[in-house]
Amino acid sequence: MHLAAWPVFLPLIAGFIVLLVKAKGLLWQRVISLLVVSGLVILSAALIKESSSGIHQVYLLGNWVAPFGIVLVLDQLSALMVTITSVLALAALVYAIATGTDKNGAHFHVMFLILIFGLNGAFLTGDLFNLFVFFEVLLLASYGLLLHGGGRLRTKAGLHYVIINMVGATLFLFAVGALYGILGTLNIADMAAKVAVLPEQDLALVAAAGLLLLVVFGIKAALFPLYLWMPIAYSNTSAPVAAMFAIMTKVGLYAIIRVHGTIFGDDAGSLAHYYMPWLLGLGLLTLMLAAFGVMASTKLREQVAYLVLASVAMLLIGIGLNSLSALSASLYYIIHSTFIAGGLFLLADIILRGRGSFEDRFESGYAMPRAILIGAMFMFGAVAVTGLPPLSGFFGKLLILKASLNHQWFGLVLGVVLVASFLMIITMARTGSQLFYDVLPAGETDDESNNNDISGESPNRVSIFAVIILFAMSPLLVLFAQPITAFTESAAKQQLDSKRYIESVLSKQAVEAEKE
Amino acid sequence: MTSITSNLPIVTLLPFIGAIFAAWASSINRLAPAWVAAAVTVIALLLLAPSMSQVFAGETLIQSWSWIPAIGLTFAFRLDGLALLFAILILGIGLLVIIYARYYLSAKDCMGRFFAYLMMFMGSMLGIVLSENLLQLLVFWELTSLSSFLLISYWQHRKDARDGAIMALVITGGGGLALLAGVLLLGNIVGSYNLSDVLAAGDLIRSHELYFPTLVLILIGVFTKSAQFPFHFWLPHAMAAPTPVSAYLHSATMVKAGIFLLARFFPVLSGTPEWSWLVGGAGLITLLLGAYMALFKHDIKGLLAYSTISHLGLITLLFGFGVQLAAVAAIFHIINHATFKASLFMVAGIIDHETGSRDMRKINGMFKYMPHTAVLAIIASSAMAGVPLLNGFLSKEMFFEQTLMATAETPLIWVVPVLVTVAAIFAVAYSLRFIHDVFFNGEPIDLPKTPHEPPRFMKIPVDLLVLLCLAVGIIPMIVVAPILEVAVAGSLQTAPPTYSLAIWHGFNIPLMMSILALVLGVVVYMFRERLFAWHERKIADLDARIIYHFIFNSITKLANSITRSFDKGSLQNAIAWIIGTAFVAGVIGFMSVSSPVLGQRELLPIDGISMMAAVVIIVASMMTVVLHRQRLVAVVMVGVVGLIVALIFVKFSAPDLALTQLSVEIVTIILLLLALYFLPQTSPKEIGRLRISRDVFISVISGVGVMILSMAVMTRDFTPISDFFLANAVPGGGGTNVVNVILVDFRGTDTLGEIVVLALAGLGIYALLQGLKLYAPVRDDNGLKWTEDNHPQIMQTLTRLLFPLMLMVAVFIFIRGHNLPGGGFIAGLIAAVALIVQYLANGIAWTAERLKVEMHKVIGMGLLIATVTGLVAMGLGYPFLTTTYTYLTWPVVGKFEVASAIAFDLGVFLVVVGSTVMSLVQLGKLSDASHKQQQQQELK
Amino acid sequence: MEWLLALVIGVLTSTGVYLTLRARTFPVVLGLTMLAYGVNVFLFSMGRLTIGHPAVIDPAIGNYSDPLPQALVLTAIVIAFGMTAFLIVLALKARCELNNDHVDGVDLAKDELPLEKNNIVNQQTQQSTLIQQESKE
Repeated sequence: MHLAAWPVFLPLIAGFIVLLVKAKGLLWQRVISLLVVSGLVILSAALIKESSSGIHQVYLLGNWVAPFGIVLVLDQLSALMVTITSVLALAALVYAIATGTDKNGAHFHVMFLILIFGLNGAFLTGDLFNLFVFFEVLLLASYGLLLHGGGRLRTKAGLHYVIINMVGATLFLFAVGALYGILGTLNIADMAAKVAVLPEQDLALVAAAGLLLLVVFGIKAALFPLYLWMPIAYSNTSAPVAAMFAIMTKVGLYAIIRVHGTIFGDDAGSLAHYYMPWLLGLGLLTLMLAAFGVMASTKLREQVAYLVLASVAMLLIGIGLNSLSALSASLYYIIHSTFIAGGLFLLADIILRGRGSFEDRFESGYAMPRAILIGAMFMFGAVAVTGLPPLSGFFGKLLILKASLNHQWFGLVLGVVLVASFLMIITMARTGSQLFYDVLPAGETDDESNNNDISGESPNRVSIFAVIILFAMSPLLVLFAQPITAFTESAAKQQLDSKRYIESVLSKQAVEAEKE
Repeated sequence: MTSITSNLPIVTLLPFIGAIFAAWASSINRLAPAWVAAAVTVIALLLLAPSMSQVFAGETLIQSWSWIPAIGLTFAFRLDGLALLFAILILGIGLLVIIYARYYLSAKDCMGRFFAYLMMFMGSMLGIVLSENLLQLLVFWELTSLSSFLLISYWQHRKDARDGAIMALVITGGGGLALLAGVLLLGNIVGSYNLSDVLAAGDLIRSHELYFPTLVLILIGVFTKSAQFPFHFWLPHAMAAPTPVSAYLHSATMVKAGIFLLARFFPVLSGTPEWSWLVGGAGLITLLLGAYMALFKHDIKGLLAYSTISHLGLITLLFGFGVQLAAVAAIFHIINHATFKASLFMVAGIIDHETGSRDMRKINGMFKYMPHTAVLAIIASSAMAGVPLLNGFLSKEMFFEQTLMATAETPLIWVVPVLVTVAAIFAVAYSLRFIHDVFFNGEPIDLPKTPHEPPRFMKIPVDLLVLLCLAVGIIPMIVVAPILEVAVAGSLQTAPPTYSLAIWHGFNIPLMMSILALVLGVVVYMFRERLFAWHERKIADLDARIIYHFIFNSITKLANSITRSFDKGSLQNAIAWIIGTAFVAGVIGFMSVSSPVLGQRELLPIDGISMMAAVVIIVASMMTVVLHRQRLVAVVMVGVVGLIVALIFVKFSAPDLALTQLSVEIVTIILLLLALYFLPQTSPKEIGRLRISRDVFISVISGVGVMILSMAVMTRDFTPISDFFLANAVPGGGGTNVVNVILVDFRGTDTLGEIVVLALAGLGIYALLQGLKLYAPVRDDNGLKWTEDNHPQIMQTLTRLLFPLMLMVAVFIFIRGHNLPGGGFIAGLIAAVALIVQYLANGIAWTAERLKVEMHKVIGMGLLIATVTGLVAMGLGYPFLTTTYTYLTWPVVGKFEVASAIAFDLGVFLVVVGSTVMSLVQLGKLSDASHKQQQQQELK
Repeated sequence: MEWLLALVIGVLTSTGVYLTLRARTFPVVLGLTMLAYGVNVFLFSMGRLTIGHPAVIDPAIGNYSDPLPQALVLTAIVIAFGMTAFLIVLALKARCELNNDHVDGVDLAKDELPLEKNNIVNQQTQQSTLIQQESKE
């Protein structure tokens, strides 16, 4: 019966246990984190199974009925997000341990586990203010992780990231406050119910607060013009953290799907789906800018950051198309883009280590150790991320484009998406040929490399394995496309049916307790 | 219908598995990959064989499985005449190329990689021709672009190879995307992506409003792949690939993929003026351009590349005529071109291989060094020139005939035939040049190697192909008629029209044109020197590649400028965008529905004190802004503002908030002051009116916006859920202080998250400050030296007396919290302040040795307690964080109630103390340390 | 009264925004603190204003102030406190790693003047020397 609660509170408990065994040394922390995260992966499987019944599992925290207490809601969408998070976290953790990233500073594992606590909480909560709290939790954890290890650029990036997110938090509070001030409730389902019967003269305020909330989530999801924090933050943090960040943008997108999708669903009268055109338009704009950013990047990690931005844009488009098939397509694309982005960040780090003093700058360096293997992996990742066949990126793109054909803007969508992916394809081809083909003959040295050591380190097996875990998802997504798309479709159906969500949240009964 | 139901997917996927094996085999033995590849190809042919009989019987085999129903993507394969013809070309020529390549590649080339890529390509190509589902076809289409990228850049150390590969990918890959769009539209028109349905819906498609865009998009895909004008230029640059690759991809198969698509969609897309103009036009231009350029290339492969372009143009032009007989000629020429051009490329490879050069100005008189090869070359290139008794002649005759018929009753009655003849003249000329320059024309000029006949097996593939040219040319009815028949049927989807493959049609205009072409071709070749000179002067520099590079570079420039102008890496820029967007979003939202700004709720009267307070806080905030560069003053001002905020909370009956605000205020100020010690005491003056006025504008509008928003809400009535809390606080939560009950009970999860945030902040600060060396300023910015007089006597004694008192207050506040204003958080802060004061007054060392508690542990315990209270409930079968309570009576305190929530509150208390003390003390330590070292500096 | 409070909220917000847009870390910290005040009062005011009825159950009195926003604000205050503390320390770290306190880590942005030297420096240094002598004794 506690199934919905475990993914949230297990990492928390593990977090402070790790904190308490701090004295016992790193090994303990590593073991505990690994055990817990692997446990989460298994747990997620159970969640998927449980949720696929199509019934919302509502969990009343503190045994107080909604809308008064805080509820956790497990449905197919949240189960999917939790699953993605767990798998990604496992790979990132393995990589962090393999490369000893967790040694470079204090409390890596605590923050890592608390980050998962925040993420899963955000995915499962059914209460808007509680969502705010979980956002803050995962943000503070991400601050710590982003800055983990230190370094000038990282500190600067951290400064920007923290300040921007504090502004975001303020906006969030304004939005929540206004919504409460009109609707008098905080529970998402209850809000939706209240909006449906709201008198005309109060609608405008709700509309304003709704768009304000969209901006807040937009900052997290990194959509134009709110994404400026993102390239610098993602390209300057340590690899496992950057990999984890691949899910952080998705939190914003999830929040849009969940909160706006529910509150401004079909029954919201004149406000039904009123934000969708903005989503679509900004998504298209973001995609073009992301493609340009990919072209303009001067180092690999920056490029990957912009590729992540592009995938976010694709998702915004998918959501903004506002149809069942489009939402289902977007969910498929979320799975794909998260894993591939995570893998690419790890791979970029391997390449960076392999090129020694050339790091990941786009200039011809010396052949890196195990170049064939890493080159092949890079090719794989590039094909997947730019949406070329035969990997999941192509099918994800195909699903979204197919869904766009019924939308009146289909010409625009087709044009922008295809031009953008064209630009990204040629750029990635250039990158690959720059990094792996255009190598200096060994022994020859040039100005900036002869004074510092130029020998790159050879990647260890485990770190490569971590990348392979993530990349392996792409072909799996293609092979099992039928069951997976079936799942995403029913998940989308369940999400779009906000009536069922509302009634199952508000009708959930408390466990009978004898209180005098 | 068919005995074997799944041989087509196997045939298609086999090469991909073969690729893996080939790559792996190279570790066993250098030549093993070649054998693997050859074996795979043969097996594929054998697997295909059983289905042939049915196809020749006129059946169309379709083998289909479900894949992604959501988008109508099925895993489906189709074998009809057209597919069969191409499959045979791909596998047959593929086999010959493999044999040839095994001898062509030198010892230092990695066989495994080469054959792996080649297999990948073969599989993708088979996939294109055998796909029944168009989306699946697209998958393989892009795969051919990818594998050709890998094959062209096979000699990766060469820059021309890398650039050529990227160019090929840019053009063909880009075309693939256009095709993707086209196919999506096509499938949407028809309502299915299966060829069978699409091919049946010709009229629907042609009459649909989206016909033209669909056609254009598909044609872009076709033209890019088949190197049609204006996308032709990538092909010559792809010649940087190893010659077997050129022979296979860039003459026989990949460039034919586009042609294949023309043949496939012929029945559904052709027959409209748009089709004729676009396809025919592109074909005609390409035909002429290629033929002309070919003559002037000194590089053998360059010549062959342009002649390939020209022949592809010829085929395209034929399809462009849009009549069935033309299609017959086109398909016939596909076969012929594949045979003679593949053999010619192999010959070029042999020459390159044996002489070490490809420059026709150096390679001369090869006849006496390699007579056998020479004979093969002469036959093949005569076929290319369209000499009678060779296959090239037959299809060329048909081509001329079609040209005349197609343009018979159009205004172009004579234009097209003339142009076509001109092209044919050049074709003869360059074929002649290939023969004469290379094999005769005097002696070789300083070649790297002394040429000789190549190894036996390198010639065998050429022998076979040339034999084929002859056979088709002499006895077409026997050799080629059957396959041509079914192929045409497969393409047209109807019974093919009547046509004759006879060698002799009597003296007719086509024959005249042929003869004319042959004669004038020789003449043109005679005057080549003068032509070359003229070409060098006028034409040579004109190259579509220049335009390509221009576009490519300008896009890159654009991308750079746009990206850098928006993403400046400036925080102020980012925040300005965010706040601006938020404001705009709010306004747009508000405008989206027409509602009155204010409501009718009656307002509270304003009293004097409130007025005063308001004035003070406003003035203080303004002062903060005005004086913000004098940082110490600014901090004081902020402190004042904070105090007034606390008063506001008191005024409007929120004592808990007031207490919290107050205690947080104190700690924050201490923190700010500590920080200020390490930071400059003043900010530099900002100039730049624009920036300042922008910021003023943004801040004013956002302030006004917020003001209106809050007013709009406060003047409206609403029914909050709070009555439930007021009603249930005592019976349900066992506390009369509703706010506290909400925090620890109704919304305990929020509080849990909140203390986690606090704990993380503490830990994060700890992590941040680790190994951080802050240098303390010797003097502040006014040159005033910091006083060293710390820990004044009176304060020390006082604080030590106060300490237990403050702790008692904390405990008291904590206990009463559940019923009266107070609670774990406030108590925690008070206790923290008590401790911090000790640190301030007595120094870190003194306090640390008396307070032997590790703050990490305190935080950990706090979280532990808070969570365990939740877990206990779980154990009892209630949801997480469910609380219960009972009443106790203690002597002094009297009757009070212990809720399990109290335990939760205790957790809060501990976390607050732990993290607050930790963060402040960490900083304190630093200042202490830096202070010490700074004193030492002073002493020196 | 509502107007007065709304005005205060507005002023707090706009001053906060302006300071947050400054180029140096310390004013930004102050700005975010002001913003926090603003949003806290705003959030609080969303429960409408009540005078003299704290939400402490007491059979004597009937109508209470809305407790929920108060609880929310309390949480908000705490979170803001944690964030601010973290940011302050981060600002210190940035200062000593980037050798200046500009938010972009540049020493002197093009839209800033170098600090004008204070004209009373010399007499202050005299004072400080005096202090030195005193501390020696």
